[in-house]
Amino acid sequence: MTAPRPASDLNATGASPNSTLRPDAETAPQWAATATRRYAVLRGLRVAGSTPGWVLFATSIGYGALARDADASLGLTMLLAGLLYALPAQVVFMDQLARDASLFAAMLAVMLTAIRLLPMTVSIVPYFRDDTQSRWLKVVAVHFVAITAWLEGRRRLPGLPVALRVPHFIGIGAGLALTTIVGAALGYLLAGSVPSVISAALLLLTPVYFILSLIGVAVRLGDWLAISAGAALGPVMFLAAPGLDLLLTGLVGGTAAWAIEKARQP
Amino acid sequence: MSAIPDGVAGVLLLIALFALFHESWRWAGLWLSRELTTDSAVFRWVQLVATALVAGLVLRLIVFPAGALESVSAFARVGAMAAGIAVYLASGRRLFLGVTAGMVAMLGLAAIS
Repeated sequence: MTAPRPASDLNATGASPNSTLRPDAETAPQWAATATRRYAVLRGLRVAGSTPGWVLFATSIGYGALARDADASLGLTMLLAGLLYALPAQVVFMDQLARDASLFAAMLAVMLTAIRLLPMTVSIVPYFRDDTQSRWLKVVAVHFVAITAWLEGRRRLPGLPVALRVPHFIGIGAGLALTTIVGAALGYLLAGSVPSVISAALLLLTPVYFILSLIGVAVRLGDWLAISAGAALGPVMFLAAPGLDLLLTGLVGGTAAWAIEKARQP
Repeated sequence: MSAIPDGVAGVLLLIALFALFHESWRWAGLWLSRELTTDSAVFRWVQLVATALVAGLVLRLIVFPAGALESVSAFARVGAMAAGIAVYLASGRRLFLGVTAGMVAMLGLAAIS
């Protein structure tokens, strides 16, 4: 929309400097020029204090309240947030718990929500490819593949030197993990005492943040086509094939967008 | 689901089960993408699949909401998303302003509809 603002402007916007980094910046942000791997972790942790962190915090409050409704313990509520680190899976698990489903049935339901993590991981890991120092750290890094970290990774990793990408992504993921665990605990403790219109406004933050972030990293024709096709197909597939709806939406919408982009811009 | 034992045994059981049923998709992604480069056609395809998937999730959350969001009219939900996008684009893609505009618009539209 507008020309990238120089880095010196970033702090003057009132919003967090992290949230205003240009998505399509092919050049490294200023801090990366002299950064060590350890400093890249710290810069990643700071994402938790920016807009994506606050949005995740708000959603996590909703999850915590839901877990309380499902009669889960506070410990289980927080454990799920850290171990699964994917809100749809956490919500599905709590729902199964509330329905007195067997552990096996709950695990199958959780597994179905996790299939979407495969394409998300495959579209993040190649940014780590040439980093030979981080072989085992990559296993840690992929634990943090979930929508928020994926969006922030897509926005921030391409502009970074290869050696900083894994540590930066781990920093982003660890900071957001702490955010979601604390938010879940707070929601659990506050459950029932928040007016429903405020709860609704907090829940709305998540889809709005998701769509704005997708738009934020959209540069080429295929990005816009994939966003439009996914948006159109999402509700339809939910009615046609609940459970597999997201995967089908992604495969059909994404493949169509990819094919059209390839035909138009060979 | 009383099948989850209390204490350390329960935690260990959940760690094992989640690794098998949930984390394994992330590990599969790590393994499958070991030869993939960011400039390849396959990478671009997977990236667009994931993009469409997240866009689909957004509309599902707005059109078929769960929890407290159900109590707000569809008009307020869709209007809030539109307001968020409009302010985001008009402000030179400032995430904070777009997200805040979406929330304010929802509260306003929920009050009048």
